[in-house]
Amino acid sequence: MHIIENGNVAAALGVKLCRAAVIAAYPITPQTPVTERLSEYVEAGEMKAEYIHVESEHSALAVCIAASSTGARTFTATSSNGLLYMHEQVQWAAGARLPIVMCVVNRAISAPWNVWNDQQDSISQRDTGWIQMYCADHQQIIDSVIKAYWLAEKVSIPIMVCYDGYILSHTYMPFDVPDQELVDTFLPPFQPDYALNPEEPANLNTVTLPDVRMDVNGKLAHGYMEIRYLLHEDLRKTPAVAADAEKRFAEIFGRGGDPYLEPYRCDDADYVAVGLGSITYQLRVSVDVLRKEGINVGVMGVRFYRPFPDTAIAKALKGKKGVIVFEKALSYGYEGALVSDLKSALYEHLAGTGHLPLVQNFIAGIGGREIRTDDLTQNFRAAIHSRIAKEPVWIGLKL
Amino acid sequence: MGTRNYRRKTSHSEHGPGDGGRTGSWRVERPVIDQSLCIPCKRNKEACFICWLFCPDVVISRTIPPKIDLEYCKGCGICAEECPTKAITMVDEAKFSDEEKDKE
Amino acid sequence: MQAKTTILSLPTEEFVHPGTRACTGCGLAIAYRIGLKALGKDTMLIVPPSCLTVLQGLFPVASTKLPCLNVTFASTAAAATGILATLKTQGNQHTTVAAWAGDGGTSDIGLQALSGAAERGDNFIYFCYDNEGYMNTGVQRSGTTPIGAITANTPFKGKLQQKKDVPAIMAAHNLSYVAACSAAYPLDLHDKIIKCKDMPGTKYFHIHVPCPPGWGYDPRYGIKIGRLAVETGYYDLYEIVNGEFKLTAASEKLVEKRKLVPVREYFRAQSRFKILTDELITDIQNQIDEKWAGYYKQDE
Repeated sequence: MHIIENGNVAAALGVKLCRAAVIAAYPITPQTPVTERLSEYVEAGEMKAEYIHVESEHSALAVCIAASSTGARTFTATSSNGLLYMHEQVQWAAGARLPIVMCVVNRAISAPWNVWNDQQDSISQRDTGWIQMYCADHQQIIDSVIKAYWLAEKVSIPIMVCYDGYILSHTYMPFDVPDQELVDTFLPPFQPDYALNPEEPANLNTVTLPDVRMDVNGKLAHGYMEIRYLLHEDLRKTPAVAADAEKRFAEIFGRGGDPYLEPYRCDDADYVAVGLGSITYQLRVSVDVLRKEGINVGVMGVRFYRPFPDTAIAKALKGKKGVIVFEKALSYGYEGALVSDLKSALYEHLAGTGHLPLVQNFIAGIGGREIRTDDLTQNFRAAIHSRIAKEPVWIGLKL
Repeated sequence: MGTRNYRRKTSHSEHGPGDGGRTGSWRVERPVIDQSLCIPCKRNKEACFICWLFCPDVVISRTIPPKIDLEYCKGCGICAEECPTKAITMVDEAKFSDEEKDKE
Repeated sequence: MQAKTTILSLPTEEFVHPGTRACTGCGLAIAYRIGLKALGKDTMLIVPPSCLTVLQGLFPVASTKLPCLNVTFASTAAAATGILATLKTQGNQHTTVAAWAGDGGTSDIGLQALSGAAERGDNFIYFCYDNEGYMNTGVQRSGTTPIGAITANTPFKGKLQQKKDVPAIMAAHNLSYVAACSAAYPLDLHDKIIKCKDMPGTKYFHIHVPCPPGWGYDPRYGIKIGRLAVETGYYDLYEIVNGEFKLTAASEKLVEKRKLVPVREYFRAQSRFKILTDELITDIQNQIDEKWAGYYKQDE
């Protein structure tokens, strides 16, 4: 069924179709409409779920962690400082291997206060062990939520589905809402390996020791290091499972493609722009403009940011003359987040092969500063003609 | 469709005694029960059991006579202090021979 | 009218194994052990970082025979809410959800989540075991540390502020049941748990638990000191049922007796109070006398 709605509604519909059983969220701009819409579904009886009006984001994820440990499919959503407030729990959920799905409606972080879009909030969580997916339009939002539940429950790792605040959350686009039957076929009920219960008691997430130790059955159990390593190992295996998810999704819903990347006119491009989220669609306009000027360019969206699809990215960019990374977040005092990961992947796979592209980094849209497509095009063009600077260049700065 | 074996990938503990090891090695004195003063022993029926009630470590059995699990008894002395007939005294561990201790 | 449990009628099933890492003579261990007897097998526990975390065991050995979820320090009550939510979706209305947190994890860092859960009326029992300090991390002061107590971070002047009255804060949430108990009176604790199990919303228990290393006494006197706290009228055993306050057990008997042990004896028994001045002790004694004058008057 095709509808025209905003990105937040797309997310809420995805959660509804996935039959999330426990929802706990705390209001924060621009996430609020997601949870408001979900509360409407629950109160109207359209969704059979427990909706918890928590008193903070830290508690929101705490409720999800406890509910998921006891065997329920859970959901929460947040932005910006809300995500920062729950950071302790974000780390916890990954370490506890719980398949929680959380929508992050990307918003700038504080200080100082800012309610508009950039991606610093979710980017700041990139090392926590959560899987991160970035959406460029509303279809991707609803589809990613559905894929996320399947993937999370398969690998037992929580997932953040991220989309740009206001630019996607509050704007209207047409998209397809899949049939409930199809979603039920794609996503069966949650069956955890273990759910806390009195019949089979266990003590979950207690203190672990630096070294391995005998359990009550006389077998050697993992130490903390092993438990953490297994999270890392399972994340390294996740891209293959994500490809399965994409394939399965395409079979059932009839749409899908590359699980990790969204290329546009990249095949014969000499220079490729790379980004996360809606900025990549804006860059398509720049690509078309520059193509008309005779420059072979393309743009590639990174759909799957964590675990970083280094192999796929290196393969896609191999032999390109230049890669220009436009992003809305950075590691302060150094450079953009995506560009760092990308350079590392390119170096890892292509150093010494003669196919290593030059890389240029642009920072844009911080705190919701308007990104003018003309500015993108100009800077893209300038980067192609001469590598502008080794340092990241901030577009639209008005010092 | 479920996740396989992820409980071994998390901190998932099953229950059993002695998490703290042989906590009996902590004590410097041990409780000794004089059955001639112990109320359930004298009456030969269920009575008192205050020592059983207050033991923090579940090492006193609710039996006639109450038995102390010296493998885990930490020697806190609460049982001795609370016994209404002073049937329990705390005795220096050193007074017990190595042989006796090995037998436990 | 529920019959009073005696030592001989107390359920014999144990839910804790011996050989835990709890300190010699730990007051919490007594309260926890008897509390679990009242809660029974069909229970799920939530525990934040605290002495109980250690008592419950380090991975991969658990000393408690019940299912338990360890959670972050500030989120105990929120986790209880989460477990309940799942049980509801599973159609399970019989399993008891019980959170056990220390005084720091309740009155300080955990207060927000607890207040939130209480306001939502989430149906679980919350136990605050109050050893009057952050004992697990080495005896630092908490909101419920009594005035004048020496702790590792109030080393010379002692705590300068009064003990936070957490049961009163919880009572202000219009709960169906609030109780003040003590490890020295385990049967009173047991019966209160049985009594409130079927009451709606969040039930709050505040349990005074003596702590040998934290309070400074020979472990064998743990129960005596717990009793002294009550017999001096310093710490009261009571319940608030739907807003109605009532003293219970030994505290109730004190109203009839009309004779309190001087609080000086309670302070003298613990080295953490060694810097209490005569002036402060007199102040505290006066406060206690005033409080009990109120109790006596209500009784008339």
